[in-house]
Amino acid sequence: MTTKSQALLNWVDARFPLTSNWKAHLSEYYAPKNFNFWYFFGSLALMVLVIQIVTGIFLTMHYKPDGTLNASGIPIAFASVEYIMREVPGGWLIRYMHSTGASAFFIVVYLHMFRGFLYGSYRKPRELIWVFGTLIFLCLMAEAFMGYLLPWGQMSYWGAQVIINLFSAIPVIGPDLSLVIRGDFVISDATLNRFFALHVIAVPLVLIGLVAAHIIALHEVGSNNPDGVEIKKKKDANGIPLDGIPFHPYYTVKDIVGVVVFLMFFTGVVFFWPEGGGYFLEYNNFIPADPLKTPPHIAPVWYFTPYYSVLRAVTYPLFGLDAKFWGVIAMGASVVVIAFLPWLDRSPAKSIRYRGPIFKSALAIFIVAFFILGYLGVLAPTPGRTLTAQICSVLYFGFFLLMPWYSKIDKCKPEPERVTFK
Amino acid sequence: MSVNQKMDSSRRTLLVATSAAGGVAAVAAAVPFVASLTPSERAKAAGAPVEADISQLAPGQMMTVEWRGKPVWIIRRTPEMLASLEATDTLVADPESAKPMQPQYAQNKHRSIKPEYLVAIGICTHLGCSPTDKFRSGTESGLGAEWKGGFLCPCHGSLFDLSGRVFRSMPAPDNLEIPPHKYLADTMILIGEDDKA
Repeated sequence: MTTKSQALLNWVDARFPLTSNWKAHLSEYYAPKNFNFWYFFGSLALMVLVIQIVTGIFLTMHYKPDGTLNASGIPIAFASVEYIMREVPGGWLIRYMHSTGASAFFIVVYLHMFRGFLYGSYRKPRELIWVFGTLIFLCLMAEAFMGYLLPWGQMSYWGAQVIINLFSAIPVIGPDLSLVIRGDFVISDATLNRFFALHVIAVPLVLIGLVAAHIIALHEVGSNNPDGVEIKKKKDANGIPLDGIPFHPYYTVKDIVGVVVFLMFFTGVVFFWPEGGGYFLEYNNFIPADPLKTPPHIAPVWYFTPYYSVLRAVTYPLFGLDAKFWGVIAMGASVVVIAFLPWLDRSPAKSIRYRGPIFKSALAIFIVAFFILGYLGVLAPTPGRTLTAQICSVLYFGFFLLMPWYSKIDKCKPEPERVTFK
Repeated sequence: MSVNQKMDSSRRTLLVATSAAGGVAAVAAAVPFVASLTPSERAKAAGAPVEADISQLAPGQMMTVEWRGKPVWIIRRTPEMLASLEATDTLVADPESAKPMQPQYAQNKHRSIKPEYLVAIGICTHLGCSPTDKFRSGTESGLGAEWKGGFLCPCHGSLFDLSGRVFRSMPAPDNLEIPPHKYLADTMILIGEDDKA
């Protein structure tokens, strides 16, 4: 470095902790050297967040959150999305990047969460990372749900109708609460405008704050790894973990490879398969919202379907309260229970590599149940499917709520002293 | 300040009082923001009654009119359709319409003023989807040989009979809501207003 640029850096460092932050978070943040495939998804999630923010900013320059009808009888919001698609130069690409980005976000985040399940990344001392992560997941669901109303298509409208009515199931305050969320007695222009405000300003701000908290907490305690052993236990004379390597340049370079591969898939979908076979963009959402007619088959976007199945699975009233209320509680609990994982798991080993057969089977059953719930969520309900959803919901909750017992009695293998690395 | 130092209690009192006053001000400042989320005066005003002309409605058919942004169905039931209500009496959750989902004048088996015409809000009491009509009975409906005709909510599968009564063990807790309505003439219904109001 030349003396002049060094002098400039010194000038900045005396006024802002630039070098020290660079070191703490990148060049001297020591990450375990044995990261594998599953460790790509954290940085990918961050990249998708950036894609969503950038494409989102450009979409707001043309989109109009207006539920009233234009001269040709089409809702203005719906028409403005079609305008972006057909008449704004490059608009179709930005819009497809944003809509595909939503699905990509959930794919990446689900895989990122599954990594945590595999290697016990939520265990002590990483409980708060996990809790922040669950809150990010909740924010992401809110963000996706509110964003889905904006094109003002049939699925936008009726999906929002169903989810907002969930809140009216809460005893006493429910009806007024859903009124405050809608801002009207039905889903209307008022609802569309506030969802727009929340989708483009409020929730993204919270989301970015939570992502910062997630990463700060991670860099405080250090990353877990596929062996689930703490690299900070074995340090060299300089206090650097023996099994740690600086995040930059080692993992920045590795993550760029992940980004390139991811973008190959992502652009493939954006260019050749943007509707994702009706799962990324549902066919009924190409019809403008009609408050008088529910589409004959209504299903949420794929990433919500497991939770939607849990909601539908509850068909019994309990303690004098409607099945509807308990369905809502079950759906909420199925997301919130994830946050409690650090305190439910009593296994001596963190990583699945050293866990016993009980946990491995439980995780396998959980994943199968999750996929079946997701599959059932896109289908119309029948008695047989409802029963299947009920069984899978029980398995889903059983995985979490029985964990304090089965994880304790499981026969674990001894964890190694240091990470295994070829 | 060390813990052992003597606390200046009058300053502490002042501090607590100031914080409390500030807290009250913060809560008061939140009031207009929450209030702005509630329905506006324009939204509240948009609830005028609507008239529906039923002269063109053939037996066994259904029409939909919009009232307060919601679909209101008018169904002209045939004698067979009315007869099916006897059969569903034992299958529905609230056969006597005991729950206040209808004005008093519609609290009867056919849940309407005139048995022939059912006027109901076409919004499922579960989560607000609009059910689809499944008037054909038997296997043709896709709902089994025992099906007598009624409505199926596409969202969560709740079934209603031809009086909008919900079947037992369905996600929907209540019968379809019957809006206040009255007959202005034999073929003209006013929805949203009745003689009591």
